[in-house]
Amino acid sequence: MEILEDKPGKHILLLGNEAITRGAIEAGIDVATTYPGTPSSEIADTFSLIARSFTKQKKEPSFYFEYSTNEKVALEVAAAASITGLRALTCMKHVGLNVASDAFMTYLYVGCKGGHIIVSADDPSCHSSQNEQDNRYFALFGNAPMLEPSTPEEAKEMTRVGFDLSEELKLPILLRTTTRLNHVRGSIELKKIQKPRGKGHFEKDPMLVTVPAIARLQHPILLKKIEDAEKISEKSQFNKIIKIGKPEGWGIVTSGVSYNYVKELAEDMKLDVRILKLGMTHPIPRKMCGDFIKSCRNIVVVEELEPILENQLKVIAHDLKSKVEIYGKSSGHFSRLYEYNLDIVADAFSKIFKVKNPITKPKESKIKLPSRPPALCPGCPHRATYYAVKKAAPKTTIYPTDIGCYTLGKAPPYEVADMLLCMGSNAGTACGFAIATDQKIISFMGDSTFFHAGIPPIIDAVHHNHDVVITVLDNRTTAMTGHQPHPGNDFDGMGRPAKKILVEEVVKGCGVEHIEVVNPNKIKETTEAFKRALAFKGPAVVVSKSPCILLENRDKRKRGERILIYEIDQEKCKKCKICISRFSCPSFYYGEDDAIFIDAQQCNGCGNCADICPFEAISPKGAKK
Amino acid sequence: MKDKINIILTGVGGQGVITAANILGKAALKKKINVFVSEVHGMAQRGGSVNCSVRMGNVSGPLVPSGTADVIISTEPIEALRYIQYSNKNTIIITDINPVIPYTVSVGEEKYPDIKEVFSELEKYGKLFKIDAVRLSKEAGALITKNIVMLGALAATDILPFKPEDLLETILENIPPKFRVMNKKAFEDGLKAIKKE
Repeated sequence: MEILEDKPGKHILLLGNEAITRGAIEAGIDVATTYPGTPSSEIADTFSLIARSFTKQKKEPSFYFEYSTNEKVALEVAAAASITGLRALTCMKHVGLNVASDAFMTYLYVGCKGGHIIVSADDPSCHSSQNEQDNRYFALFGNAPMLEPSTPEEAKEMTRVGFDLSEELKLPILLRTTTRLNHVRGSIELKKIQKPRGKGHFEKDPMLVTVPAIARLQHPILLKKIEDAEKISEKSQFNKIIKIGKPEGWGIVTSGVSYNYVKELAEDMKLDVRILKLGMTHPIPRKMCGDFIKSCRNIVVVEELEPILENQLKVIAHDLKSKVEIYGKSSGHFSRLYEYNLDIVADAFSKIFKVKNPITKPKESKIKLPSRPPALCPGCPHRATYYAVKKAAPKTTIYPTDIGCYTLGKAPPYEVADMLLCMGSNAGTACGFAIATDQKIISFMGDSTFFHAGIPPIIDAVHHNHDVVITVLDNRTTAMTGHQPHPGNDFDGMGRPAKKILVEEVVKGCGVEHIEVVNPNKIKETTEAFKRALAFKGPAVVVSKSPCILLENRDKRKRGERILIYEIDQEKCKKCKICISRFSCPSFYYGEDDAIFIDAQQCNGCGNCADICPFEAISPKGAKK
Repeated sequence: MKDKINIILTGVGGQGVITAANILGKAALKKKINVFVSEVHGMAQRGGSVNCSVRMGNVSGPLVPSGTADVIISTEPIEALRYIQYSNKNTIIITDINPVIPYTVSVGEEKYPDIKEVFSELEKYGKLFKIDAVRLSKEAGALITKNIVMLGALAATDILPFKPEDLLETILENIPPKFRVMNKKAFEDGLKAIKKE
């Protein structure tokens, strides 16, 4: 594997996420933990890939890796490893840090021993997220030193060097990335791979037990560590000034991905500026920033999302009684919304610097193009469950949903996604709707979500006897983020055999009295099961079990089994259109004269269309090529 | 070599667009050319609109800015038009001629535009090359090589800062041995198809 090569000086092309994994390997990582979430997933998936390849060869990888039950567990597992002196990394998407925040905030009081990097992958523009929160606030909130890389190369280096920094400060480091770093490939230079420590040793220490008396002692220690961190920030290799042209009084302050836009445009627009590029953004190097402010009459702050650098610079300028003019979000030149790009930054620069914008306004074709919104894949078992639910449930039913592929049930014709907050919220909001209304409630969550955050609200429903139907769509994987295993699988993220936990047994243990376990591909039986669950007074759980079709077909191909694809007998077809208007599989299309066909390229061979066709016009055609 | 080279690769999820973009990145790196490859994709596993930026040379920002693409290469006709904001009058547009019908069209919610109109619209925005990559890939051995046909077509332009042989070498290095013959043919047929025009 190229990513494991110990060839210092060699350049390889890596995804930002893979670069973080490589950085950790160079630093001698011992323990890596995660809960998968886009745009962070490939960091952990790369650890998993490496570990599985070792397991396959009956060898031990140099690190331990796990897909933890959720982000909080992931952070706790790694924190304990760090306390014993091992090097640890925990990665998650931005909203994952909300889940882990309870551990995060007090972990900073306790501090770490072995270096510990916590990666937060933020998602400006919500490419694949329910919000675009700016997790740099977590660094300020909890007093965590923070590094923000601009490129894959810098992400690798910040991870590698971050472990030393973490050990020097005895604090975990927040490595804050954004989608445009996570999902960009660039050249990175390999450095030497350090040997991991292997085994840790735990020394008992009363300061690790944050009872109030200890917490009161730990808080000032943390503040002192952050003072020390600021001294490091002043000298950090990641905080630097770049001169473009012949600067006279103009400065730009920027960090993360925004730096790339600033640098390219400052050169292309022939600006005369000094750029203060901050890589260690918490604690902000106040003296360095103060000197920069003193050397400028005007400063432009370029940062995506919240005005975090901008506000801190204003405080520093105020303390210095500086008259510097600061342009940014409060001056109206930059937005607090969505991710930036060269177009957006060029437009703002042309207004601030009064120079011509080198980027032309985007053209748009007058031809109206059909959209390609995300949709459940052909053959997805969730579609069969939804079809059955719609047959069983009254029109006024409320459908709380959750994070996963099944949110795609929001689209017509199913429209079975009425409210979504976060992981596990389907069952919690279901309980609330049961208290507040007389409407029927059927909620949906996936199996990975069930283990992550779905169990406590089920216990709430049982204990208070809420009249809800909670559905667990058990496709035996964490599908949307790239098919990672979870506690319901009989193998783990390192490819080792693992104890498989059955959803229905957990639910039974929680005290649910009405449990239905169905195969959604048997649509009639599934419809009946939902009818019984709806009729039951009190909490009922339906476990709808069928593997993700993409995984199932992948396994079939590996085993050399045929995947049957289906076709429509044009003579038997009465054009009732149920297959399109109600079942809505993306592999169906209209040909001439409204004749309906199945696209062989897209059909995944689930066969559910054959079941729902009232005229028995659909049957298997042959194997998929 | 130009100071900056901007390439947009588009298509529908599952057609190998991201793989093609990565191969371009690796080929550039081999020639020690500064390169960024960026993928923009949503939540869907398959069937969604995919858009990749490959930038080479004196560049820092990972995404191609509007109106600056040297090439837009698309594995589906309307996907080329969807990202037409990146074109200027000198942009080379290479597209496969075979539509992939979105399900929004199959269910009758939206309409797929007249294909001739799509092509004549594309001609207004740049220099258009049409290629039957579905046919060429099937002739090469399998539809899955369609992205490699498109890379062959791209190599036929004089935009890339390396020779077609260099790109082919990188392709073959990144493909399991048993698929190499098929992909070599796909690449060469894509190259010929554009050279002919």
